[in-house]
Amino acid sequence: MMTLMVNGIDHQIDADPDTPLLYVLRDDIKLNAAKFGCGLGQCGSCTVIVDGKAVLSCVTPLLLLEGKQVTTLEGLGTIEAPAPIQRAFMEEQAAQCGYCIAGMMMRAQALLQRNSKPTDEQIRAELAPHLCRCGTHMRILRAVHRASRLMDTADASAATQRRAP
Amino acid sequence: MNAQTDASAVLDRRRLLAGGGALIVSFSLTEAFAQDQAAPVAAPAQNPPGSLKGAPFLDSWIRIDADGSITAFTGKAELGQGFKTAFQQIAAEELDIPFASLKVVTADTHLTANEGYTSGSHSMQDSGSAIQNAAAQARELLVAEAARRLDLPAEKFRTENGAVISSDGRRFTYGELVAAGMLHVQAQPKSKLKDPATFKVMGQPIPRVDIPAKVTGGAAYVQDMRLPGMVHARIVRPPSYSARLTDCDASAVEKLPGVVKVIRDGNFLAVVAAKEFLAVKAMKALSAAARWKETAALPKQDDLLDVLTGLPSQDSTIFQQSNPSAVGQKTIEATYSRPYQSHGSIGPSCAVAQFTDGAMTVWTHTQGVYPDRQGIAEMLRMPPESVRCIHVEGSGCYGHNGADDAAADAALIARELPGVPVRVQWMREQEQMWEPFGPAMVTKLKASLDGNGAIADWNFEVWSNTHSMRPGGAGSMLAAQHMAQSFAVPAPKPLPLPEGGGDRNAIPIYTFPNAHVVHHFIPAMPLRISAMRSLGAYHNVFSIESFMDELALAAGADPVEFRLKHLDDPRGREVIEKAAQGFGWLKGQQAPQDRGFGFAFARYKNLAAYCAIASEVEVNRETGRPRLVRAVAAVDSGQVVNPDGLINQIEGAIVQSMSWTLYESVTFDDTRITSIDWQTYPILRFNSVPESIEVHIINRPGKPFLGSGETGQGPAAASIANAIADATGKRLRHLPLTRKRIKDAIDA
Repeated sequence: MMTLMVNGIDHQIDADPDTPLLYVLRDDIKLNAAKFGCGLGQCGSCTVIVDGKAVLSCVTPLLLLEGKQVTTLEGLGTIEAPAPIQRAFMEEQAAQCGYCIAGMMMRAQALLQRNSKPTDEQIRAELAPHLCRCGTHMRILRAVHRASRLMDTADASAATQRRAP
Repeated sequence: MNAQTDASAVLDRRRLLAGGGALIVSFSLTEAFAQDQAAPVAAPAQNPPGSLKGAPFLDSWIRIDADGSITAFTGKAELGQGFKTAFQQIAAEELDIPFASLKVVTADTHLTANEGYTSGSHSMQDSGSAIQNAAAQARELLVAEAARRLDLPAEKFRTENGAVISSDGRRFTYGELVAAGMLHVQAQPKSKLKDPATFKVMGQPIPRVDIPAKVTGGAAYVQDMRLPGMVHARIVRPPSYSARLTDCDASAVEKLPGVVKVIRDGNFLAVVAAKEFLAVKAMKALSAAARWKETAALPKQDDLLDVLTGLPSQDSTIFQQSNPSAVGQKTIEATYSRPYQSHGSIGPSCAVAQFTDGAMTVWTHTQGVYPDRQGIAEMLRMPPESVRCIHVEGSGCYGHNGADDAAADAALIARELPGVPVRVQWMREQEQMWEPFGPAMVTKLKASLDGNGAIADWNFEVWSNTHSMRPGGAGSMLAAQHMAQSFAVPAPKPLPLPEGGGDRNAIPIYTFPNAHVVHHFIPAMPLRISAMRSLGAYHNVFSIESFMDELALAAGADPVEFRLKHLDDPRGREVIEKAAQGFGWLKGQQAPQDRGFGFAFARYKNLAAYCAIASEVEVNRETGRPRLVRAVAAVDSGQVVNPDGLINQIEGAIVQSMSWTLYESVTFDDTRITSIDWQTYPILRFNSVPESIEVHIINRPGKPFLGSGETGQGPAAASIANAIADATGKRLRHLPLTRKRIKDAIDA
């Protein structure tokens, strides 16, 4: 039994230590967003954030995650209260089948957390580990740019609220 | 040009393309479904539109309940194209109700009409038309009921926001008017459709209904299903097509933690476990325990062109036109080829099945719930009524991938565990190895130019397998092929024109005085193949549109001008002009250093959406690496329902086709498929994504919907090939146009 913190909540996990994080997220914690694509770290569909960094959950065994904070797409926002990155992907209609999108969004989120104003070139380089088969790439790039702008606005409005009496 | 002669030539060609001429050889088809295959050419006047022909009752499409809730039904499956949203727009528009006030139910053998497969860019034409007309007729019936109740003529009523309102202001909601059985009437051949000028919902870029769940971690896919008590299965597939299971001692695997059952039925081997990763581990152990006998039976990959043209074929002339007065002076010829290519879904195929009280339910991302049900029922030797197939979205499929096979796998395993829901997902290497590939093809072209630089004669030959081995029968499914009481793979059939399969888009849309088109249908299938987005049109359009540029070069003509010179279809001309204008195409222009401009055009199947694409490609002369810099497309798909959805489809088509065209081929040795993951089957990555893609829509209000999901595949390929030829001065005719092939051509 191991304790795993996912989206701010501690979960007691009864799985072998070699179990990839992806299976723990999907099978034990019943989360949908991280997807099985290849199991080989080649496509990016399984990407989540661990301690602020984008990680391929299909090749990351559970034993490496003791004491770390895992964030999945579910931890960013909800359908009713979407996070800026989620709003951006909705507003740009940046999906066709959408199977790869959750992974893309998590890597983009990790990028925006450390560099809130990435250039187009930086976004393209960052998303290199990710595959999309529908050809939605142009919209995905636009959505990441939009998320960068939305986060700016969100930060500003949060700051304003904090200043308010 | 002589206008009189041109006009009569157009009429002749149209009659021929419509199948009215005696020169089109068509094939009879026994399956009634299969929309990769032909729709009736000209519906008799008494038939209602689209899929209403096969399912004429209005309540197969539209249901209005007394509480006012409204549901539209489609037998088509949402595959990520976004048409669930488009259908909702159509129904809302014709019923005069707000978009958000109805829901759409998709393919389910217990709930929806049998619309065969969701393929061939047919959804809008078949199901969209059916829903539009059924909704319009339902609205008329509601108005008639209000008129009856108030004893007023129907003209005195209007509909608005889910209610029928009389000219004096009396108002009935649809729920108040509807009576049991009111919509259980057969559709009339004609409907009073709304004037497109009054559309409020259709034509709007309404955000897709499925995207919010997909970007917030909602349960959106069959992969996300979790039924109470569900177990996880994994298959151990044979290592090659020819492999036979000779021995498998599963006793150690059965003792592994969490293992519920090992299933062996002939060459079908699977393991079921309580948790997913335990199933994966058990699969690996079972795979290590299995002994297979394999035979070297695959052709030589490097010799594919000769292999294909050397196989026995059934040859038919599918188009013939002659005008002895047109005489060619300068003749060129060329051979083009395409390798086997993968659908390469990002999510491996998956299904959930449950066998309870003699009834089998399968949740599947199949493109055809009814044909899938037929195949599964036959495999399980059960009556079809006892099998229910429910479509749940999967990863994008782009044609016949492993979806149906995974559904059969799940059903076969679930039968062994009555009452227990079983989820099966394939592994990456299983998807890449066992999915039915897009078939390899060869085309040979020969044409002559007359003294005025116009094409005097045109000869086109295409060699291809069929492009659909979809189920209907059990023999199309791997589990049924591998089980001990196995089912034979059904004999392949060519798909009939005018839509065609290997010969899809083989008949030129251009007007040539002399033309001869031959289809060499190859029944033998060395590799497992089936339908992949646009079928033969991808290669045929690549060939025709590359060769048009070769001819334009020989004639010293501008490629756009050269196409217009040979094209009469006014909608086609407009699409070409729009793309050229959007791109900034200028006659005699020179691309910047190491760059090239390319152009291509097609009307998908010669009867669906029109698409022209101009592109700019950069070629690194040192490495041969090509890069699509930008593409500008124009598309005419008739009446547009959701412009953003249409743009999304065309953008995707260009990017996907670019990946096929520049990078992709299935690899194999004499026994096994060797392209089994994304290292061995590389596809486009973000570093090669273009700087921009622009899509211009030519809307045709009131005109029939023309399927557009596949119209971009061929033009994108040829446009890029033509731009590479423009950049390098070298013509590449064998797909994919890899860095190495380009480098070799530059160095030659």
